Amino acid sequence: MIFYILRRILAAIPVMGFVALFVFLLLRLTPGDPAAIIAGDTATPAQLEAIRESLGLNEPVLVQFFAWIGQLLRGDFGTSILSGKPVIQLIADRMEPTISLALTTIILSVIIAVPLGVIAAWKQGTLIDRFVMLLSVLGFSVPVFVIGYLMISLFSIQLGWFPVQGFKPIGDGVGAFFHRIALPTFTLTLLYIALIARITRTSMLEILGDDYVRTARAKGLPERKVLMRHALRNCSVPIITVIGIGFALIISGVVVTESVFNLPGLGRLTVDAVLSRDYPVIQAVILLASLVYVVINLLIDIAYVLLDPRIRYA
Amino acid sequence: MKHFNLKGTRALLLSVTLAGSALLAGGVDAQTLRAVMHSDLRVLDPILTTAYMSRNHGYMIFDTLFALDANLEPQPQMVKDYEVSEDELTYTFTLRDGLKFHDGADVTGADVAASIKRWGERDGMGQVLMSFVDSMEQGAEPNQFVLTLKEPYGLVIESLAKPSSNVPFIMPARLAETPSTEPIPEQIGSGPFKWVADEYQPGVRAVYEKNEDYVPRDEPPSAAAGGKVVKVDRVEWVVMADDQTALNALQAGEIDFWEQPPSDLLPILEANPDLTVKNLNALGFQTIMRPNTLNPPMDDPRIRRAAIAAVNQKDVLDALVGTPDLYKICGAMFVCDTPLATDVGSETLVQGNGMDKAKALLKEAGYDGTPIVIMQPTDVASLRSQPIVVAQAMRDAGFTVDLQAMDWQTLVGKRASQAPISEGGWHMFMTNWVGADVFNPLVNNMVNGKGKDGGWFGWPDVPKLEELRTAYATAPTLEEQQKLAAEIQKIAYDEGIYAPIGQYFVPTAWSNSLDGVLDAPAPLFWNITKN
Repeated sequence: MIFYILRRILAAIPVMGFVALFVFLLLRLTPGDPAAIIAGDTATPAQLEAIRESLGLNEPVLVQFFAWIGQLLRGDFGTSILSGKPVIQLIADRMEPTISLALTTIILSVIIAVPLGVIAAWKQGTLIDRFVMLLSVLGFSVPVFVIGYLMISLFSIQLGWFPVQGFKPIGDGVGAFFHRIALPTFTLTLLYIALIARITRTSMLEILGDDYVRTARAKGLPERKVLMRHALRNCSVPIITVIGIGFALIISGVVVTESVFNLPGLGRLTVDAVLSRDYPVIQAVILLASLVYVVINLLIDIAYVLLDPRIRYA
Repeated sequence: MKHFNLKGTRALLLSVTLAGSALLAGGVDAQTLRAVMHSDLRVLDPILTTAYMSRNHGYMIFDTLFALDANLEPQPQMVKDYEVSEDELTYTFTLRDGLKFHDGADVTGADVAASIKRWGERDGMGQVLMSFVDSMEQGAEPNQFVLTLKEPYGLVIESLAKPSSNVPFIMPARLAETPSTEPIPEQIGSGPFKWVADEYQPGVRAVYEKNEDYVPRDEPPSAAAGGKVVKVDRVEWVVMADDQTALNALQAGEIDFWEQPPSDLLPILEANPDLTVKNLNALGFQTIMRPNTLNPPMDDPRIRRAAIAAVNQKDVLDALVGTPDLYKICGAMFVCDTPLATDVGSETLVQGNGMDKAKALLKEAGYDGTPIVIMQPTDVASLRSQPIVVAQAMRDAGFTVDLQAMDWQTLVGKRASQAPISEGGWHMFMTNWVGADVFNPLVNNMVNGKGKDGGWFGWPDVPKLEELRTAYATAPTLEEQQKLAAEIQKIAYDEGIYAPIGQYFVPTAWSNSLDGVLDAPAPLFWNITKN
C-alpha cells in the first residue's frame, strides 16, 4: 500500500508538469495583452512596449516558461501582473472561503443525502422513495443561481434571518462565520444532496438484491444492521467517489455560487484573472486545482481499501 | 409539580439573544461607508493606467494642484495662490500651509515637479503641456513650484485641473521618480483618505480611512474643487460580481452606495423610498464608433463616412440604455452642454436619415463587399449592444459585416494591432468615454491626427487636425477655441475618423442614510455623512 501511494505521488509529478506546460502555452496563445490592459486607452505604442518590457512579456515564450518553472521550483508563484501582490498571498486569501464552503456543503450533504438514499432504496416504490427522487430531480434541474436568489429573497430580504452576501472568517467568531456561510451552503447542498442521494439509492438497490443480504436477513439480523453494516458499507465505493469529486469541484471553484453570495473564493479569483489576463495568477490556480484533483483521487483510492477489504493495490 | 422561574428564563433568553446579536453583528461600524463601484480596483497607480477605478482611487488618497468645480471652472486646490509673469512664461505656485503626505513629510515644490513630470509623460493633455514646458522646479521656498514655458500656453491651469484620466495627482518625489511605465511601489499621497494596504484584497475590497491630518480648503465643496471634508471614518469599496447581489445588498442595508447600477434595475431602486437614485455626472458618457484607417476598405474616407451615415444614434441608445430620460442624442464630439459643443457635421447621426447617403457613398467608393471586421465585447454590458446595432445598420446600407464576438480584454489586446485583416487585424470597435475625457480637442484622443506614430487606435493620419489642435492649445479666447473646435469636428466627420453614437447617463444609487453626495465626473467620498 505504501509503495502504491509513493508510486502515485511520483506519477503526479509528470502530470503536474504537463498541466504546467499546457496552461502556460495555452495562455500565451490566447489573444489579449496584460500590458494593454494596464496601460489603458491613451498609451502610445512606445509606452505599451515599455510596459511589456518591464513585465518581461517581450522575452521568447520558452525563456518565460523556464523562468516560471524555475520560480515554481523555488516555491515562488510570482506576483500578480495587475495588483503586484504575491500570487501565493492572493490564493491564500481566497482559500478559507472556498474550503469553508466545500466542507460545510459536503458535510451537510452527506449527513442528509446518505440516509435519504438508504431509506429510498429500503422503501423502494413508496411515497418516501418518490419524494427523494423528486428532490433529486429538482436539485439537478434547478440552476444554482435560481436557488440562491430564492434563498436570499426568502431568508434575507423577507425574513431578515441571514445577510445577503459576504464572508466572515471563522477567526471573527463562529456565529458570524456560520451566519454568512449558511445560505451558500444550503444552496449548494441541494445539488449535492441530489447527487449523493441518487448514487446511494442506486448502489443500495443493487446490493439489497444480493445473496449475502438475503442471508443476513434470513439469519434474523435486525434490518438496521443489514442496511448499515452489510449493505451500506459494501456500496460505499461509488458514494465516496462522488463525495470526493464533489469536494474537488467546489475547491476548484463554484463561480456562480460565489458570485451570487459574494464569497471571495478561488472561483472568482480564477475568473477575474482570466478576464484580466493575469498570467501568473491563472497559472497558479490551475496548477493548484490540478493538484487538488490528484490528491483527492489518491485519497479516494486509499479510502476504497479502508472501506472494502476486497480491494488491494499491488 | 415543577415550577419554572419565568424571570430567570426570560433573563437567560435575553442574555442569549444579546450575545447572539453581538456575535453575529461583528461590531458596530456606523461610520464605515460601504460602496460597490463599477469595477474592481486592480492597478493602484493612477498615472500608469487610464482605468477609471485607478482614477477614483487617486482621488481618495492623492490631491491635485487645481480642480474643476461644478461649472467646469478650474479652482485652486493644493495651491494657495499663483503668479504669472508679464511675458506669460513663468508660473509660480505657492502651496497651502499644512499640506503633508501620509508618511508625515511636507509636500514640497520638488514633489510637485516630479509628479507633474511623470503625469506629463503619460497623459495626452500632459504631453501637450510638456511640449511647451522649458523647466519645472521647486521655487525659492520649499512650498513653491515654478513652471517655466518655452512660449505662452493658454491651458496651463486647465491642464493641471484635468478632472479625469489621467489626473495630475501629486505624490512624493521618491514615488513620482518611478518610471512612468512601472507602478509606484507605495500608496502615499496627501489626499483626504489614507490607503489601508493590509486590508486590500484585489477582487474583494479596497479600504480607505480618514486622513486626520488633512487640512481642507475653507470653500464649500463643488465637484472636485473646494473643501474636502471627510465625515466618515472609513470607506470600503466592496467588489460584487453580480448586479442582483448588489441590488439585494443595497436594499438590505449591507452596502450604502452603488456607483453604476444597470438601467434595467433602476425601476426597482427608484421605487424604494429608502434609496436615492441620481445622476451625479452631468456630462455623462459618450459612446463612440472608431474605424481603423489602416485596413482597406476603411482606408477610404468615403467608406468610413458611409458607415457613419448608416448609423442612427436613437437606435444605438435605445438598445444600450432604453430609457430616453437617461440618454441624449448628441452629435457634438466634445459633448453636449459644454462650451465647445456644436452639431456641425453630425446631421445624419442625430436625425437618423443617412441611409441613402451611405448607399451613395458606398457606390461612389466602389465598395467590393470586403467583410468589415467589427469587434464586439460580449462581457461588458455597456458595450455589448452598440456593435450589433451598428453592424445591422451597415448591412442595411450594403456592407458585408463580420461581427466578431470576444471578451473586452481580447479586444483591448487586438485593437492595439496595426496588422492587416488577414493577420488578425480589425476594422472597427466601439467604446465609451466619460464626458470629461473627451470635452476638448486636447483630451479627446479620437481627434488626434498623428497617424501610426503617436495616434490613438485607428491611427488616422490627418496633419491638419494636429495643426488645429496646436492652434487650440494657444488660442487666447473662448470664442477662438470654439471656432477651432468646430473646425476640428468638421474635419473629423469629413474624414470619418470617429463618430459619437450617443451620450448617456448612469445614475448612482445610495441609501438615504447618506447625505452630502457630490455631483462630479468621478465618484467622490468626502462631504458625505452617514447616519
